[in-house]
Amino acid sequence: MKYATVIGLEVHSELKTKSKAFCSCSTEFGGEPNTHVCPVCLGMPGALPVLNKQVVEFAIRAGLALDCEIKKFNKFDRKNYFYPDLSKNYQISQFDKPICEHGHIDIEVDGQTKRVGITRIHMEEDAGKLVHSGATIKTSESSAVDYNRAGVPLIEIVSEPDMRSAAEARAYMEKLKAILEYTDVSDCKMQEGSLRCDANISVMPEGATEFGTRAEIKNLNSFRALERAIEYEIQRQIQLVEDGGTVVQETRTWDDGKGMTLSMRSKEEAHDYRYFPEPDLVPVVIDDAWIARVKSELPELPAARKARLMQEKGLVDYDAENIVSTKAMAEYFDEAAKHTEDSKGIANWLLGDVSAYLNSENITIEKFPITPANLGEMVNLINKGVLSSKLAKKVFAEMLKTGKTPQALVKELGLEQISDEGAIVKIVEETLAENPQSIADYKAGKDRALGFLVGQIMKKSRGKANPEMVNNLLKERMQ
Amino acid sequence: MDLYKSTAHELHEKLVKKEISSVELTNNVYDRIAEVEKDVKAYVTLDKENALAQAAKVDKMIAAGEAIAPLAGIPGAIKDNISTKGLRTTCSSKMLENLNPIYDAHVIEKLRADETIFLGKTNLDEFAMGSTTETSYFGTSHNPWNLDLVPGGSSGGSAAAIAAGEAIWSLGSDTGGSIRQPASFTGCVGIKPTYGRVSRYGCVAFASSLDQIGPITKDVTDAATVLNTICGVDAHDSTSLPVEVPDFTKALKQDVKGLKIGLPKEYFGKGLDPKVDAILKKAIADYEAMGAEIVEVSLPHTEYAVITYYIIAPAEASANLARFDGVRYGYRNMKATSAPEMTTASRTEGFGSEVKRRIMLGTYVLSSGYYDAYYLKAMQVRTLIRKDFEEAFKQCDLLLTPTSPVVAYPIDGKMDPLAIYMLDVCTIPVNLAGLPGISVPAGFADGLPVGMQLIGKLLDEETILRAAYTFEQAHDYHKVMAPLGGK
Repeated sequence: MKYATVIGLEVHSELKTKSKAFCSCSTEFGGEPNTHVCPVCLGMPGALPVLNKQVVEFAIRAGLALDCEIKKFNKFDRKNYFYPDLSKNYQISQFDKPICEHGHIDIEVDGQTKRVGITRIHMEEDAGKLVHSGATIKTSESSAVDYNRAGVPLIEIVSEPDMRSAAEARAYMEKLKAILEYTDVSDCKMQEGSLRCDANISVMPEGATEFGTRAEIKNLNSFRALERAIEYEIQRQIQLVEDGGTVVQETRTWDDGKGMTLSMRSKEEAHDYRYFPEPDLVPVVIDDAWIARVKSELPELPAARKARLMQEKGLVDYDAENIVSTKAMAEYFDEAAKHTEDSKGIANWLLGDVSAYLNSENITIEKFPITPANLGEMVNLINKGVLSSKLAKKVFAEMLKTGKTPQALVKELGLEQISDEGAIVKIVEETLAENPQSIADYKAGKDRALGFLVGQIMKKSRGKANPEMVNNLLKERMQ
Repeated sequence: MDLYKSTAHELHEKLVKKEISSVELTNNVYDRIAEVEKDVKAYVTLDKENALAQAAKVDKMIAAGEAIAPLAGIPGAIKDNISTKGLRTTCSSKMLENLNPIYDAHVIEKLRADETIFLGKTNLDEFAMGSTTETSYFGTSHNPWNLDLVPGGSSGGSAAAIAAGEAIWSLGSDTGGSIRQPASFTGCVGIKPTYGRVSRYGCVAFASSLDQIGPITKDVTDAATVLNTICGVDAHDSTSLPVEVPDFTKALKQDVKGLKIGLPKEYFGKGLDPKVDAILKKAIADYEAMGAEIVEVSLPHTEYAVITYYIIAPAEASANLARFDGVRYGYRNMKATSAPEMTTASRTEGFGSEVKRRIMLGTYVLSSGYYDAYYLKAMQVRTLIRKDFEEAFKQCDLLLTPTSPVVAYPIDGKMDPLAIYMLDVCTIPVNLAGLPGISVPAGFADGLPVGMQLIGKLLDEETILRAAYTFEQAHDYHKVMAPLGGK
């Protein structure tokens, strides 16, 4: 039997406010354990939360960027469960009245555009961090807890179950990350946990209308983990059904090392969170003026930026899509494009050698050693004929190592292309004189002879002759 | 000299005139504590060293000719669920037996700014859950009018301290009557301000939407004086109200002419001790004689108030008390072999039975499948109760009711918890509606004080203070010292 997969994602994104959601402690990542804490985020007896308005501002901004409806009446609720990383043993969250509803993201997979619905976005606070002496909290002799992260604001973005493959889920996640970065509401550093994802996955016979029983997969800390975990889980569920079993509703965790999902707790063991309205906070009413202001201040989003790059910079769809996929890459592009007319050239380098380098070093564009200005200048030198593409690669490699300007490197390495016509004519004539047979072959229609002659000339010039000029001159002389 | 018998406003005059010193006064109150505390047991913790140092500081200020605030140099007592930096705050629970807070409650900051003196921390029902102080981990406080009787609760220690002369003024907290009922049982004045008048920051939460800090004092003037210091909006409490705070002592006029006093008929029915009823009838007649107009009103949903309260308060408490898990502070079971086991064992051993009863009640009413039937319904009834008061206040300026349907009863711990819950019938609706309420001594029944409750409109503490003051000044009930009899 053929199966269809249904995937919905719940994404937690830490907001980059300066202070925590309900106290004035710093949200800075890192720091000695339990140094960014106060009576409020430590849950000391008698301490009370006070809402940081910036949290609401950022949630509105994210909501508008994701085409959501912003709800005017907002309240907070307590989500009750015991865990030592939760200093009050309840999390301040939003239950039945999330700040944003009915949004969507358009994703592209295999050239097809698809709209993924966003059910809701709500505001809540993060928990602290636990470090166990053993494998799990129950089997550890001791556990240490750091409350620096406790109370850092989060938004949880819940998608509709609209995705049908791991690739779609990844595309959604990438797009979502880009939008959150563009709107500057989150750092979106998956490795630091400022962007986290849980996936709800079920399978059903193809053509069926009723979704299968879903499993929720936690601990998906990278795009790769997301994709692998979903693929694994789909196969696990299909296998289970094929073998006559049934999928049970449960929470599973992704073990990246083992490459498999493992059961954490069943539906029966699920928490009853006993939500009720947070009595320590007063409702927040968002008026039209507030929404209008945030809307007017919204930065250019990936879709608009892509359209701009295609229209103004002449990029093709694929290149533009990839350039805008992260805010940092798009900004690098814009900056580099200030230094050259050849936007297409910049795009080629960014999506080619630059991306290859970033991948091999496992870094992002923010840490790329070549400045946008230098990359732009390098493209200019290529277009002026000063650098051949082969030499450009050599200069690029040197720029990575030294950070020097391409002009300086060309001089330093003696790599200037010979574009002086007189000098090239001399080499061309010399070469033709030495190879009369090749001329005859060329005239007899053997195109390979031209390649041979070019090769000879490049050898003589130690690779520095402008190949285009060489070509033209050769053809001219052999007519 | 028995300075401990005086009121704060009398002592302020004496300090300013340099008739007495704050050190002398503070020592006098500690001497009184040394004399009677073994019988009354009002305190959990005393802080004599710091209190005397603070008294010496105030004496220097006075000697230097500095102007001092009305409570400067005047020793008071703080209910032990109000956070005091460096001075242990136990909530009368084994759970917090050794908790030394790292911060001051907002009210404590304000009182410190006024250079007042903290004698120590007073006993309460564990986490303010009770009406007798019998649920305190540190033992029951005794009623100075008869040591065999309860002082009321949960602010029983704060009330007993005032009645026994062990403090000049005190702070309590009131979630369902915890200031007013003990004030009534011990012949003191106790006021629960409008919800939001006083910051709750640093008051260990029992039921967040109901809790409110307020004073327990010997007379109405002192109550107004303490209110002047502790009221006001606080950036650390979102539910504190951003409204102007009047000078409450200016409201103390001896005049009720033309005031319309409403008598809610539901508060004078079944369950009211006839002796209490008789004293209130006399008080009502006195008001009428002084020129007030008496009108009968109805608060039709009164009968649902107690049950509504015992859904909402435990629900909030079940979450508020979840933080006591042995992880960051408080009692910890050291034998457990994992963190979850440690938390379970710490809570099992650290909380007393009444606290556990309410946590279970609250957990139950919030559970999936029960929420709508209990919590949601209770919130709807709460709205109806609030509306009852709004309607009643269209016909009158304030309401007069018993504070408690009974006088202080024996310490025996044998009373059915449900029967005790029902006795809060007169005070609970006031918390549910967020209104200000004051209990003032109205007379004696068989030698035991009877309190009269005056309930005001939202933010209208001034009218009830004025009515209470007028009554007080026309009688001498507040001047009678508790005999410390019984046993």
